[in-house]
Amino acid sequence: MSHEALTFVEIGAVLLALSLLSRFAVRIRQSAISFYMTFGLLLGSGSLIPLAESWEFFKLGSELGVIFLLLLMGLEYSPKELMSSLASNRKIGLMDAVFNAIPGAIAGWLMGWGLVGSLILAGVTWVSSSGVIVKMLSDLGRMSNRETPTIISVLVLEDLAMAFYLPVLSAIAVGASLIEGAYAVAIAIALVVSVLVITYFFGTKIARIFSVSNLESLIVGVAGLAILVAGIATEVNVSSAVGAFLVGIGLSGKVAAQAAKSLTPLRDFFAAIFFVYFGIQTNPADIPNVFFPALALAVVTMGTKFFTGYLAAKNAGIAMPGRWRTGLALTPRGEFSIIIASLAISAGLDASFVPLAATYMLMTIIAGPLLAKFTDTAWFKARIIARS
Amino acid sequence: MGVRVERTDIAGIGFRDDVITKDGARIGVLTYRDGGREVAIFSKEDPDAIAATIAVTAAEAGVLAELLSPAKTLDYLSEIGGGVSGLFTEQLSLPADSKYIDHELGSTKARTKTGVSIVAIARGSEILPSPTPEEVLLADDILVAVGTRKGLDALVAILSDPRG
Repeated sequence: MSHEALTFVEIGAVLLALSLLSRFAVRIRQSAISFYMTFGLLLGSGSLIPLAESWEFFKLGSELGVIFLLLLMGLEYSPKELMSSLASNRKIGLMDAVFNAIPGAIAGWLMGWGLVGSLILAGVTWVSSSGVIVKMLSDLGRMSNRETPTIISVLVLEDLAMAFYLPVLSAIAVGASLIEGAYAVAIAIALVVSVLVITYFFGTKIARIFSVSNLESLIVGVAGLAILVAGIATEVNVSSAVGAFLVGIGLSGKVAAQAAKSLTPLRDFFAAIFFVYFGIQTNPADIPNVFFPALALAVVTMGTKFFTGYLAAKNAGIAMPGRWRTGLALTPRGEFSIIIASLAISAGLDASFVPLAATYMLMTIIAGPLLAKFTDTAWFKARIIARS
Repeated sequence: MGVRVERTDIAGIGFRDDVITKDGARIGVLTYRDGGREVAIFSKEDPDAIAATIAVTAAEAGVLAELLSPAKTLDYLSEIGGGVSGLFTEQLSLPADSKYIDHELGSTKARTKTGVSIVAIARGSEILPSPTPEEVLLADDILVAVGTRKGLDALVAILSDPRG
């Protein structure tokens, strides 16, 4: 088969397989992300059916996947919402960071991955999956529950914290010296803060570049702006993800709403490629070696996340059953953990880092939603409600 | 007399307003960003969980609001059929794609076909009592109709005839 033919055959076959996996995941009410990643494990070099020609497509596609994931996440929030979340839930956000990043940092240190590895693993264990959790709450019919705003505000703060954490990490990961690192971090923080301030005051004016009535121009234009800013952000070591996130935040009102709606299919497409590509980069032969460390880390950090959610709900005046629901709902880690872990690849970390992160993520994303359903069981209701 | 309403913003999703009744029960209305709404009744033994939730469209929410409103503009009309056995009063909202929008009331042939009388039309905050057959129906009109159960059902079917 010619190069071109084989490339298309591989891409097409993988996409078709992803489509079937997604349907299966929905049927058994699980997140499709874990299926995409596990499927990717079969496609890497040295795996069952290694890809021969389409690497470049999946690599570029996965980078676009990160950009679209973060762009859409940014479009969901307005700067005002972020500011008010920050103002009213600072304490919870800080507690969340401390309880959930530290176990990761300690684990990274124990595994002998040095400062960079510890910092990256801290991020992996810190951030819950907004995508998985919001969808789960909606599936479980808990959108109107009183603890839901607390859950969402923890997620919002984590997403916002990423805008500062990712640039710091990217600067350190490319092996910048202390001074270069500090410089990159300063640029990043200045950039993020100025984008937030500018869009807070001039958000509606920026959105006027785009027209809601011309859908085609809107889709191409917003995607173009996000990719352009992502490129510039990469050049100044701020991470493409953060660039795209800031573009999303910057757009507001009708333009943001329409762009979010129209770009969702594109996001789903490239995000699927991102998740499968992360699996492709993971060598399945390394998984048995890291299985137990990953399990231990998953148990500990799901525990600390539960505790964080429990306290956050308690602070918000939620009763006992709602505190349990908050804690358990927050346990799945997802897209951000993978975005952070992919930085480890560019940082040239130890070969066992990526399999550990992947195994860890798979464990939390499978166990988390199952645990979250536990609070709907008659047994739980009888026990917890009777006691409170 | 003040009624307690709590508003909670939910970033990226919308906001929820809760009304807490005199008896301490909580009713929530979740308004999604895209305008969709969800009415939630909170559970008694688990104060933060919802016992039931109903999704309503913007139009349905409007009708519900009107029914709950103490002003009850339509209330006196509803009692017409109240005492007479077998007769019902119903407020029928004209479906958005009904072919009778912008047509005369007479063109529905409601009386001839179903035996139902249309005794009033509620249009916004206005009530048109005893409309003539020449009255032109507009989108979002609510027809107040009196008739038998069967006749009213037949009228609903007629009004739901889509345009074109």
